[in-house]
Amino acid sequence: MSAFFGMLRRDLALARRNAGDTLAAVAFFLLAAGLFPFGVGPAPELLARIAAGVVWVAALLAALLPLERLIGADYEDGTLDQALLSGLDPAQVAGAKAAAHWLVTGLPLLIASPVAAVMLHLPLAALPVLLAALALGSVVLSLLGTAGAALTLGARRGGVLLPLLVLPLAIPALIFGVAAVDAAAAGLAVRPHLAMLAAIAAVALPLCPIAAGAALRAATE
Amino acid sequence: MLEAADLAAERGGRSVFRGVSFTLAPGMALTLTGPNGAGKTTLLRLIAGLGRPSAGRLLWQGEDAFADRAAHARRLSLVGHQDALKPGFTVAEALAHEARIAGVDPAHAGAAMVAFGLAHLADAPIRVLSAGQRRRVALARLPLARRRLWLLDEPTVALDHAGVAALGAVMAAHRAAGGIIIASSHLPLPLPNAAQLRFNIRPEAQAA
Repeated sequence: MSAFFGMLRRDLALARRNAGDTLAAVAFFLLAAGLFPFGVGPAPELLARIAAGVVWVAALLAALLPLERLIGADYEDGTLDQALLSGLDPAQVAGAKAAAHWLVTGLPLLIASPVAAVMLHLPLAALPVLLAALALGSVVLSLLGTAGAALTLGARRGGVLLPLLVLPLAIPALIFGVAAVDAAAAGLAVRPHLAMLAAIAAVALPLCPIAAGAALRAATE
Repeated sequence: MLEAADLAAERGGRSVFRGVSFTLAPGMALTLTGPNGAGKTTLLRLIAGLGRPSAGRLLWQGEDAFADRAAHARRLSLVGHQDALKPGFTVAEALAHEARIAGVDPAHAGAAMVAFGLAHLADAPIRVLSAGQRRRVALARLPLARRRLWLLDEPTVALDHAGVAALGAVMAAHRAAGGIIIASSHLPLPLPNAAQLRFNIRPEAQAA
């Protein structure tokens, strides 16, 4: 397992060196969410009604930004070959990449999400539920995104293909994530929705790295 | 002991090579020569476990090397055409990360740098290094990771005379300690008493 944490540590050091990438994703997220009041009008009731969905969709799109380089850079410079020769299973290599994506992009988006929520007038009572749902949802996104990034390695115009692959798969998480926040705002039970999100994460946690690992192996053969 | 029996490889449905057999005891070295496109890189990657042979077997100590690919990967180092270095790190940082990933104490990175004459560049970012200096950093992985089997694809490309001499010394020490080396090269390698495997493009492949 030292190789797993070694790789994760290198990716985090690299992200610290290139902090602009994380900032760009967070800035994109806040900007995309901030566009909606201009588009649909600044009426607080309307914004509060759509706030959860907007925050989720903006986070989803922002999380896609670094995916193309997540594994693509390693594929091009030979680091991926070395990773597959580190003695880890390819699924563990993919798992390290997914963990790096979550720490470098998912977590900063999670931290920035209250700003976007307040900007859009989300009821404050629903904020903890939004954070809990996004915490689970961002894990799902990192896992799906890593699988998508691995599957599009070496594909021409992989950057265009990637969202087409990942976004439809993220729809179930989006539905339950937004439903949880809506339930909280309406004073209904949120646990069933969060439990469904947790179930999606629990399924994605083993399946996505296995699929991504097989794709990594295929890309380097 | 590494043993290849009748290895064959295909690429896109076309045979690259077939019938490659050799036996390498501890301390032995094998050089791969032949024209471009003859399959030297394919063979090295195949031995590393990146790719599957279309026929034949690879045995390590008499057992199928690919039965447990993770265990096989832990006994080899591959230095390929790409240096696999991140431009943002310094030389010392890059090697420290390599050491941790290989499960070695990062403190050994210093000795690996000295072996390849990189000590004065320890704090230089990889992005400012020349091609030959980058190659030295990539090669410094070899003594650092301490694997038994070294697979080197054109290791001396971009290296100056001092770099080739440093590589020669490191390879000699590795063989003296019972390590095995397989290297491809168009240039003479500092590998005394190495066996040679010559790749020829077969007539049918040329005609196709």
